[in-house]
Amino acid sequence: MPLLTVKNLTLGYEGRTVADGISFAVDSGDYLCIIGENGSGKTTLMRAVLRLNSPISGSIETGGGLKSTEIGYLPQQTEVQRDFPASVREIVLSGNAGHAGLRPFYSAAEKAAALSNMEKLGIAHLAKRCYRELSGGQQQRVLLARALCATRKLLLLDEPVSGLDPEAAAEMYDIIDRLNQEGITVIMISHDISAALKYATHILRIGSEIFFGSRNEYIKSRQFADFSAAYGSGEE
Amino acid sequence: MSELFSKIVLYFEYPFVRYAMIAGVLIALCSSLLGVTLVLKRFSFIGDGLSHVAFGAIAIAAVLGLTNEMLIVLPVTVLSAVLLLKTGRRTKIKGDAAVAMISVGALALGYLLMSVFSTSANVSGDVCSTLFGSSLILTLSKAEVAVSVVLSAVVTAVFMLFYNKIFAVTFDEDFARAGGVRAGAYNLLIAVVTAVVIVLAMNLVGSLLISALIIFPALSAMCIFKSFRPVIVFSAIISVVCAAAGILISILAATPVGATVVAADIAAFLICRIAGAAVRRQ
Ligand SMILES: Nc1ncnc2c1ncn2[C@@H]1O[C@H](COP(=O)(O)OP(=O)(O)OP(=O)(O)O)[C@@H](O)[C@H]1O
Ligand SMILES: [Mg+2]
Repeated sequence: MPLLTVKNLTLGYEGRTVADGISFAVDSGDYLCIIGENGSGKTTLMRAVLRLNSPISGSIETGGGLKSTEIGYLPQQTEVQRDFPASVREIVLSGNAGHAGLRPFYSAAEKAAALSNMEKLGIAHLAKRCYRELSGGQQQRVLLARALCATRKLLLLDEPVSGLDPEAAAEMYDIIDRLNQEGITVIMISHDISAALKYATHILRIGSEIFFGSRNEYIKSRQFADFSAAYGSGEE
Repeated sequence: MSELFSKIVLYFEYPFVRYAMIAGVLIALCSSLLGVTLVLKRFSFIGDGLSHVAFGAIAIAAVLGLTNEMLIVLPVTVLSAVLLLKTGRRTKIKGDAAVAMISVGALALGYLLMSVFSTSANVSGDVCSTLFGSSLILTLSKAEVAVSVVLSAVVTAVFMLFYNKIFAVTFDEDFARAGGVRAGAYNLLIAVVTAVVIVLAMNLVGSLLISALIIFPALSAMCIFKSFRPVIVFSAIISVVCAAAGILISILAATPVGATVVAADIAAFLICRIAGAAVRRQ
């Protein structure tokens, strides 16, 4: 049974449809990349999968005993209030809040995980700094470290490399790829098609054209589309 | 100086002074613990609305001739907290407009009830002391102090036990929810605890000044510290020190207790503001 099965989903806000006809499935160990133009509903889809908003119609089913406490999430934007007093360490640690359940304090293992994730992302030296005073790219790393703390089985990333310098972006892809090798299922929204094709096992395209299939199928369909466009024999 | 000291010692011989001190300090502790979260979650308007609801509830209790106001004030305030939280989230009309409606309505109706039905000879005196807490805290009975102590202990314990979740939900509710934290339940918990703190704080500063008790220590601490835990700890310290100082001064100088405590909080805020600016300039 797949980890996630989405069938015939229609997304929107207050009855206004944003995207429809979305169907796909994610198996354990997959690396799914979601692409599509701005405003096509990628973030809305990811939030629906996380049950942060409800779809207009269609179904989202989780399988394989996936629990929400096993999911890590990197939001596209986090509206943090100006002057919010929070240190990097406090934020990264809060990634464990879901696992802790009713236990009031973080365990030694959870604290160690927070530290190792900060090291992984090169922000260990910022641990005591105020989040609000960091650069955009540094903030992005902090939120990714927090997401990694939360992740047990599934990691959802909404444009993880936006705001990162090329070197950091490459490093980020590397880290995500390694996690995927270790068995974490990854769903990533990205505008970076070349990275998507390099790392992903599956591609979901929403917006003006809808596609879902393996990476190879996507490449084939692209070649065909390009071929059609070049020789003017396509539908357009 | 020693004269002043012996005067203070003398006052502390009176049980009502000791009771006022114990209750005041504990109430200040609770309100400051919660204050940081309320300010950061932009829930502080709920605190304001609730304090007016509590005033209305006291008026009803007075009209009904209840001897123990808590019996009606606490449930009514808790219920209103839950309702305010729900309406604030769901309606498209601005949440604060709804709160303003409820709070001003409760204030007006409460005053109306008190002046029409009250059997007391001094209605405006009663109203004034409910609103500004004038000397209420010095008249606390042993039982009332006991209730304050128990409720404060419960609030503090709840806050400590759920501190990490409260941080997670305050900082980024969506992430917390996505990761399996029951954010709705914690919001409810925060609302209910806020209601309890407000009912407690009515004894100390009266319903109009409660917001000051909740907001000032949090803002003062945020001027100086930039991580969550230090802000919580420091705001608790400021709040407790200001409450103790305010109660002492009000006894020595015969000023209204609530207003004096709030004045101390304002002074602390100004000091922190200046200190914070000085630290930043370096
Ligand atoms: N809270 C909201 N209320 C109403 N409409 C919204 C809301 N959030 C997004 N939308 C609308 O839904 C559509 C899809 O938005 P979404 O954020 O999902 O796009 P996206 O594919 O993630 O775009 P981007 O590539 O820019 O991140 C947009 O037209 C947007 O205006
Ligand atoms: Mg988006």
